[in-house]
Amino acid sequence: MASNIKIKAKLSGDIADIKSLMIHPMETGARKDPDTGELVPMHHITQLTFTNNDKPVMVANFSTAVSKNPYFSFKFGGANAGDKLKVSWVDNLGRTDELETVLK
Amino acid sequence: MHVRRRLFLSGGIAFAALAAMPRALLAAAWPDKAFSLTAAGEAMKDLLGTDQTIASDKIMLKVPEIAENGAVVPVTISTSLENVESISIVVKKNPRPLAATFEILPGTLPDIASRIKMGETSDVMAVVKTDHGIYSTAKQVKVTIGGCGG
Repeated sequence: MASNIKIKAKLSGDIADIKSLMIHPMETGARKDPDTGELVPMHHITQLTFTNNDKPVMVANFSTAVSKNPYFSFKFGGANAGDKLKVSWVDNLGRTDELETVLK
Repeated sequence: MHVRRRLFLSGGIAFAALAAMPRALLAAAWPDKAFSLTAAGEAMKDLLGTDQTIASDKIMLKVPEIAENGAVVPVTISTSLENVESISIVVKKNPRPLAATFEILPGTLPDIASRIKMGETSDVMAVVKTDHGIYSTAKQVKVTIGGCGG
């Protein structure tokens, strides 16, 4: 299945600069559907996890206050070209998405 | 008979796929209580054990002075403090002030950026937990159109 996550990974020395963008409505549960007048149910990414060669390097915990189509960037050390970077998220409805990429 | 067996098999495969989910997804618990609390101090006490922080000039918090669209406010936080364990974003006037919290695992730099929603003009606080104390800095972001929906 195609992933809705995009990653840009830049390696400088052994520091990996990771920029990620993921498609997700991040509904707060407080927004009214303009057509029906009903509240749109809460639907948001809860946890975003990055591993490098299976070693966890970041766990980001999001509330509904993270913007729609979340952007998240961070940096970690000890990175090498050829490392396998994996990102995965889970949302409050139990849906998941993931992406693997190789650091260059 | 054959149809029923096929249905049972596909259910079994789905269960196996769930059981094989990466451990990282199940590892660190999502702080649901802290995210649900409506007072900044209470959320911090639940997440970090205290709402008392040491003001620090070693935390670089970059936010716009004025956010025209409260639904997308960029926040960048980095720090020269050592042995950072977590970085959290607290928006004092949001209905639920704790917006996000990031676990800075060993080997990872204390340097993150994301985009958050703000309901109204408010202080945005960067809270940095280290192995030797909890530090913070805050800046006010003026919001012209609130971004929390409703």
